[in-house]
Amino acid sequence: MAQLTRRSAKLLEPISAAVSATRHLTTSSTSPITVETSLPFTGHKIDPPSRSVETTPQELLTFFRDMALMRRMEIAADSLYKAKLIRGFCHLYDGQEAVSVGMEAAITKKDCIITAYRDHCIFLGRGGTLFETFAELMGRKDGCSKGKGGSMHFYKKDSGFYGGHGIVGAQVPLGIGLSFAQKYNKDENVTFAMYGDGAANQGQLFEALNMAALWDLPSILVCENNHYGMGTAEWRSAKSPSYFKRGDYAPGLKVDGMDALAVKQACKFAKEHALKNGPIILEMDTYRYHGHSMSDPGSTYRTRDEISGVRQERDPIERIRKLIISHDLATEKELKDTEKEVRKEVDEAIAKAKESPLPDASELFTNVHVKGFGVEAFGADRKELRAVLP
Amino acid sequence: MQMMVREALNSALDEEMSADPTVFLMGEEVGEYQGAYKVTKGLLQKYGPERVVDTPITEAGFTGLGVGAAYYGLKPVIEFMTFNFAMQGVDHIINSAAKTNYMSSGNINVPIVFRGPNGPAAGVGAQHSQCYASWYGAIPGLKVVSPYSSEDARGLLKAAIRDPDPVVFLENELLYGESFPVSKQVLDSDFTIPIGKAKIEKEGNDVSIVSFSRMVGFSLKAAEILAKDGIDAEVINLRSIRPLDRSTVNASVRKTNRLVTVEEGFPQHGVGAEICASVVSDSFGYLDAPVERIAGADVPMPYAANLEIIALPQVDDIVRAAKRACYRSVPLSATR
Repeated sequence: MAQLTRRSAKLLEPISAAVSATRHLTTSSTSPITVETSLPFTGHKIDPPSRSVETTPQELLTFFRDMALMRRMEIAADSLYKAKLIRGFCHLYDGQEAVSVGMEAAITKKDCIITAYRDHCIFLGRGGTLFETFAELMGRKDGCSKGKGGSMHFYKKDSGFYGGHGIVGAQVPLGIGLSFAQKYNKDENVTFAMYGDGAANQGQLFEALNMAALWDLPSILVCENNHYGMGTAEWRSAKSPSYFKRGDYAPGLKVDGMDALAVKQACKFAKEHALKNGPIILEMDTYRYHGHSMSDPGSTYRTRDEISGVRQERDPIERIRKLIISHDLATEKELKDTEKEVRKEVDEAIAKAKESPLPDASELFTNVHVKGFGVEAFGADRKELRAVLP
Repeated sequence: MQMMVREALNSALDEEMSADPTVFLMGEEVGEYQGAYKVTKGLLQKYGPERVVDTPITEAGFTGLGVGAAYYGLKPVIEFMTFNFAMQGVDHIINSAAKTNYMSSGNINVPIVFRGPNGPAAGVGAQHSQCYASWYGAIPGLKVVSPYSSEDARGLLKAAIRDPDPVVFLENELLYGESFPVSKQVLDSDFTIPIGKAKIEKEGNDVSIVSFSRMVGFSLKAAEILAKDGIDAEVINLRSIRPLDRSTVNASVRKTNRLVTVEEGFPQHGVGAEICASVVSDSFGYLDAPVERIAGADVPMPYAANLEIIALPQVDDIVRAAKRACYRSVPLSATR
């Protein structure tokens, strides 16, 4: 069995940039493997795709590394928040990593993704760096939004990532608008508009879905059902928590969101469908280990047994680890080494981000407009602090 | 040549759609109905249903959809049948459109126009008569304009569509059918009016009357009446609510020393309040009289015709306020 160290992650373009250049491909790493998803898909007004997913050793190793990186990043963010280096809101994604990596494996950067505020890992999946993430979280000028956005406002337009939105549900009509524009431009690409089980009850979602279906837009609505909208369990907020069926006339698919391969299969299927037939809903059955945000311990509305149970039975990283080992693609030690490397990458990015300065005071007044016409803007004391908007 | 405001808007939309294939229209009845107020008449026939899109009655949905399309790089012109209905989509105007260029530090700009009739019409009651100029005018990241004449309508709409930032374009239903003279320059397909610059409709020396949209017409009528009494009013048409042309207003007050603001919206926290604050802050020493504010009455709009008249500014109100500013004929109540 070839050593993990000889597998080149470079061709796969994993999320971390610090991959050793001495690794190189062996021929077997792109040879196809077929894996069954943990659970079958359930369809609503559509025949679900097959449970058999084509993958490669390369892909599985990339999944492992990318998810380990995301996991490590979120846990590090937790520490930074407790150390008061991150302020305000911080909504962590650990547990849900498979949704991001599975989706990325099925699509390109020309497809668009838009999500709500639990966006750090989605940003990473779209090509954002650890450094820009930590710098933004700490409000530094090297952050992806130059420190002016914060945790909920990450964007990367050149890779099709449209944020990063703080108002629950707003991102869904915005995402349908992205797909409207893709169709208008005849781009042959799709938009994945992601939202949670809490947002799934928003009226604007149904308004947007109606238009997407009327006009056959290439829209994929992805409900990341982690079963809790802040502190409210799905059975307390939705008369029908079968979110994949809530589209009524729009077809839907229920997917095990803790299985990266199932996510990949579903997203691939959804992309093909949406390009030909208009909107489809994907419900990703997933789970967040952290509370809603760093202000929420996450244990007042669910039991610690439930949380540890999911971690034990359904953790997305453990699933891929077991797959890799059972297919002899790497040893336990090699995977542990990967996790150590990833930890080191995260630590280095944090150290570098800590050195990034806060934005200059003049940045208070930049980017209010693209074209400011030289108008005046005022600070708290308009006679003391004024600026001209360029 | 005379042109109706409605035609001015229609021609502006037509020319901008013709020049730029990324411009599209979206709203209720904009297509097959030819526009609820016929502003978009003929455009569906000319540009087709992909570019003139009739929506269901779902403002929250289509406002958000429009903003999303603008994120991607298209140039949507979203029509609200009136700005009263825009309240259903106001989160998208403010949080999704106005703030995004800032929050993303310039990564995503939003070249969208939100347009439609604003303020009172005639007899349409409380839920259909509100003026939103001061609400939108408060928001950093938004540009807010409100045309009066056909020249304003053409120039500002073209400027708004070409602008890379979100623009709230406040029209007035009762102005749609009014005709104004337009020069050859105004009819040119590249005619635009700069956003953020007021226009002095009539120069004067005795009192500055500042207003926007339909009230500019009322202010001009008031100026004619005042002239008969020897008061030479300067009438300023703001054109833009945000950015507000403080320098034109202040320069005028420094000349006349007296100020009357006129608007149809509710008085508290209104446009006139901001103008007054600006002048008091920057030109205090030049004021010879307290600033006079004429605004809509502090009540929801009543239906009965006589009540509607006294709920809104009339020409007489503007004349009276200007005279007060000139003679200080009403004693200051606080000193008694």
